[in-house]
Amino acid sequence: MTERIVGIKTPIKLEYTYTPGLASSRYLNGVARGKLIGQRCPECSKVYVPARGCCPACGVTLGEEVEVAQSGTITTFCVVNLPFYQAIKPPYVCASILLDGADMALFHLIQEVPAEEVRMGMRVEAVWVEPGELGPTMESIRYFRPTGEPDADYDSYKEHL
Amino acid sequence: MRDVAVVSFAQMPSVRREAQRNEVEMIGPVVQSAIERSGIGRKEIGFTVSGSSDYLAGQPFSFVMALDAVGAWPPIRESHVEMDGAWALYEAWVRLQHGDINSALVYAFGKSSPGSVRDLMALQLDPYCVAPLWPDAISLAALQARALLDRGDYSERDFAEVASRGRAAARDNPNSQVTGGADIDALLGEPYVASPLRRHACPPISDGAAAVVLAAEDTARRVCERPAWIRGIDHRIEPAALGVRDLTSSPSAELAAANAGVADGGVDVAELHAPFAHQELILRDALGLADGVAINPSGGALTANPLMVAGLIRIGEAAQRLIDGDATRAAAHATSGPCLQQNLVCVMETKQ
Ligand SMILES: [Zn+2]
Repeated sequence: MTERIVGIKTPIKLEYTYTPGLASSRYLNGVARGKLIGQRCPECSKVYVPARGCCPACGVTLGEEVEVAQSGTITTFCVVNLPFYQAIKPPYVCASILLDGADMALFHLIQEVPAEEVRMGMRVEAVWVEPGELGPTMESIRYFRPTGEPDADYDSYKEHL
Repeated sequence: MRDVAVVSFAQMPSVRREAQRNEVEMIGPVVQSAIERSGIGRKEIGFTVSGSSDYLAGQPFSFVMALDAVGAWPPIRESHVEMDGAWALYEAWVRLQHGDINSALVYAFGKSSPGSVRDLMALQLDPYCVAPLWPDAISLAALQARALLDRGDYSERDFAEVASRGRAAARDNPNSQVTGGADIDALLGEPYVASPLRRHACPPISDGAAAVVLAAEDTARRVCERPAWIRGIDHRIEPAALGVRDLTSSPSAELAAANAGVADGGVDVAELHAPFAHQELILRDALGLADGVAINPSGGALTANPLMVAGLIRIGEAAQRLIDGDATRAAAHATSGPCLQQNLVCVMETKQ
């Protein structure tokens, strides 16, 4: 009787050189200098941060470079309670943050506030790593924390949910 | 059948390495140019379909990010094939046959520069018994070329002649990548890359993108003075196992050509997607092209070979000659898989 074969090993390894592209490079280079830089769509005037080269709504090449604020409004969020391989201990909050001057929400962590106090409309600001540790990576921003300002009006972010 | 035509075509010049722009940034200007030339408003386009490969990009669902380049808001009807854009064009043609829309945008993109394309092509082979041996793309093509030589109808000089003609033609094509060195004896003096293939008989490694706009009936007539009407289009595939195929002929290309109607009237021009020189000889026979036919006036895939794009470029180049009034009937061909496994043939005419 022949042996039943239930699996074979076929190791596959391919290496790639990643090209972030002009728009992402511009954004990441900005982050490495502690700045948040987006681009404006010449057709609908929306500011995308981070920009990816084309306006996803209009399909045209993005133009003017725009530096946006480092503070913004939580449009929506979730509380992570499940432990897996993450570096921070649950529970913690991930949020969509609409930076002042931007038209697309950014995704980041919310810290320095108990998870149950985080809410839509809450005003938050970026907390960066030490200047010597800045690099072209989203990890240059440690997290966002509440500014203590009054909550933003729902109408000011309802288009970005 | 509804009459459907190519009404515009755009491509970016193929380059060995597009080190600055990512895929979206490459596609954006090409798509914008094809739409602009079509005379059809972006929001008027009824269907959008693309061809690309995640293996080239090295990331899953890479085509989803590419959608940024077409402006998918308000939401559009969209589809994607993990194949050369020529097959995306086939899907668009079928979609236009439904009769409820009158235009379609087809685009394709491929960056071969991020990885080792010669190796990654092995992953399209039988994953159990062939791919683990990592036969590279050039070696498999050489196997086919050797079989063709052994059949006795062609010589290595014939391979060099194909390459020489392609390079000479490519001098007039600003989008091609290889133009120099068309002296046949000099080409035959090159060392083998994988015997019997020398460098000139192998394609360059290319990054590129292309887009085509299709329109049906009155829409095509309204926006284009001489639409390239698709008279027939068909694609056929052969078994995956190389050992069961006769590599010296292409029954799938022959059948696709017959169904597309290549022989139903002479063609002035044929754009054949032959990444390797000997494959052009096999295809010429399979399509039954007469001696006077201008083959690959663009220079062909030997002079610019962006993977997932080069087949769509063949259709675009052939169509452009009809649109420009330089030809009246053209055949375009695209291939996929190792050693011409799968083939698509499209016949276009200016005649209504
Ligand atoms: Zn826009």
